[in-house]
Amino acid sequence: MAQTVFAPWTDPNEKPLIQFKGVTKRFGDFTAIDNLTLDIYAKEFFALLGPSGCGKTTLMRMLAGFEAVTEGSILLAGQDIAPIPPNKRAVNMMFQSYALFPHLSIWENIAFGLKREGKSKGEIETRVSEMLKLTRLEKFKNRKPHQISGGQRQRVALARSLAKAPKLLLLDEPLGALDKKLRQETQFELMDIQEKTGTTFVIVTHDQEEAMTVASRVAVMDEGRIVQVATPEVIYEAPNSRYVADFIGDVNLLEGTAKARPEATKPQPEPKPEPTVEPEPAPAPAPVPQPVAKADRVPQPNALGEWLHDKLFSPILGPRPEPLKSLPPPEPTAEPVIQPALTPTQKPIEILPGGIEISWAEGQPGLIAANGDRSLDGKTVALALRPEKMRISIEKPNAPNMLKGKVIDIAYLGNVSTYHVELADGTMIKAQMANTRRIARREITWEDTVWVSFSETAGVVLEA
Amino acid sequence: MRRFTLIAIPYIWLLCLFLIPFLIVLKISLSDIALARPPYTPQLDFSAGWEGFKAFFGGLDFENYVFLTTDDLYWKAYLSSLKIAMVSTVVTLLVGYPIAYSMARAAPEWRPTLLMLVILPFWTSFLIRVYAWMGILSSEGVLNQFLLALGIISEPLTILNTNWAVYIGIVYTYLPFMILPVYSALEKMDGSLLEAAEDLGCSQISAFWLVTVPLSKNGIIAGCFLVFIPAIGEFVIPSLLGGSRTLMIGKILWEEFFSNRDWPVASAVAIILLLILIIPIILFQRNEQKAREAEG
Repeated sequence: MAQTVFAPWTDPNEKPLIQFKGVTKRFGDFTAIDNLTLDIYAKEFFALLGPSGCGKTTLMRMLAGFEAVTEGSILLAGQDIAPIPPNKRAVNMMFQSYALFPHLSIWENIAFGLKREGKSKGEIETRVSEMLKLTRLEKFKNRKPHQISGGQRQRVALARSLAKAPKLLLLDEPLGALDKKLRQETQFELMDIQEKTGTTFVIVTHDQEEAMTVASRVAVMDEGRIVQVATPEVIYEAPNSRYVADFIGDVNLLEGTAKARPEATKPQPEPKPEPTVEPEPAPAPAPVPQPVAKADRVPQPNALGEWLHDKLFSPILGPRPEPLKSLPPPEPTAEPVIQPALTPTQKPIEILPGGIEISWAEGQPGLIAANGDRSLDGKTVALALRPEKMRISIEKPNAPNMLKGKVIDIAYLGNVSTYHVELADGTMIKAQMANTRRIARREITWEDTVWVSFSETAGVVLEA
Repeated sequence: MRRFTLIAIPYIWLLCLFLIPFLIVLKISLSDIALARPPYTPQLDFSAGWEGFKAFFGGLDFENYVFLTTDDLYWKAYLSSLKIAMVSTVVTLLVGYPIAYSMARAAPEWRPTLLMLVILPFWTSFLIRVYAWMGILSSEGVLNQFLLALGIISEPLTILNTNWAVYIGIVYTYLPFMILPVYSALEKMDGSLLEAAEDLGCSQISAFWLVTVPLSKNGIIAGCFLVFIPAIGEFVIPSLLGGSRTLMIGKILWEEFFSNRDWPVASAVAIILLLILIIPIILFQRNEQKAREAEG
């Protein structure tokens, strides 16, 4: 079964539903949004992610019409929405506090917007029962908001804001008030409802896990600016700055001076500002545990496929679409099974040529980043390494990058454990390993001297 | 035991300060006027023993209540009081609601000050404030002087000693009792509800009628009762600001008691007034209880 990728942002012919054009918002002399330009497409589930005070809520309130734009313009379906008051916009909002009307029943709450539209009784009746069914609230329609649970209230708020079939639904921290388990369930429910209704969702959240789970694209914001807009995979695997790398998930940042490594004799199939798909190392590793498997991941063509397309099919099919910002391949180091350590007699492994070497501490071997940009030569860079891309072992492994340290702390999270390893110079490194064995049989424990290793393509080189 | 004591305290309070005085008044209302001290008979004579009791209860009758129906002064006074209380309650609501609303929407750091300003008049004696109104409203008073100076009127308005002055006095006096409960209801309201209403297609005015008013309903009801109940028996304001034609039951009661020295008739008037007020008081209690349940 073929699945088409939902990626309207890669299609230059696609018209965005919402366009922010140089939008600035100031409150007195405080700049909440700073000259922001952003396109959101129809049917997207778009997440605005950032710490509190980064301007994400202001951005959403401008879309809803509760805040006026200071400079620039916001277009909804090509039309400037600045003069349209909130009650006339084809935009509905789900409030963080849900803002359910306490004096009205669930049914009346959902019908509220429809009644204002002057719909006939029959139409309202039909639409409300549709919404009640969609959110599985039929049983509660005669209750008042204070007579139902938090999760149900959240669904009422969703049903109420969807009842008018808006072009765009804004969700302001919609799951903030729910406990973790319920939140995770509700995230999937939200995705489901978004798919069923085909509404464009814009969600504001400070919870990166939530944003990654539900969104087709995530905009990471900081101090009124958008730092990176990309799919969750790219945000996680190829952050464009230290800020993004640090904000999304756990990361180790090792700073140092870059030195270009000799190029390969055979040039790589593609230039590498971004890490590309490389031949998979054998044996095939276990899949990297992604935060959430996304439906829109597709197989990428291999070198042969690309060659075939370019040489044979391009006259018929047109030029090969640039691959989506592709991800570094799954790392052998992420493989959860601890492999038997190599003995020194084994022949050294092959390390991919090119990229850069980062000298980060005196007396330590440089860190090899084969996917680093060689033009960074001589600059101070940071190597961002995800804990789950690191391997930890007692015996010295045979790996391109190895660091020796002592286990200071172990955080047992059930399925995985995070090890805090202190290196000789005092740097703390976090490495994560899947707990494939019973905890009693864990071979690494506190105060152990261990080796933390990672491949030459495990990290992302960021300009400091 | 401790729990019992805690519950008992308010009940003992009510028994001593409400029920016993009420029974005494009830007893007087069933007695006859007499030129004696106290000015009614029969008195309970304990020394006469059982015979005394018999004579005492034999002497009680509903004569005074029958008398109240024979003179149309009384029921006219009751009706007039009801009317004045109702009109003043509505006017107080119309004046008080916008004040409470703007207080609830004021910046949080201003609210305690505004609240203080509402309560501030209580720091001065009620009587003095009513006298002050006499000074303002009289034909040579501040208001007339001001209007004459502005040229709005050519001769002084007669406000003092009319029902107008009574309305002004009651609205002025009971305004805080309206503002405070309405304010406390509005202040609790979540501002995002109004945004939600607008988001769903309400204009600001319809959002006010569909959300703000229903949500402040309990405050409005409480405020109305707090004004209506004391206003109906009001005595000081009609007797100081009202004219000879202002008919209010509180004034009649005072005259019966002190001018006529007819304690039994005065007591009967008071008992009837109480019976009239029992209905709104019960309704008020119901509303309070419902509000508490809705919150809990």
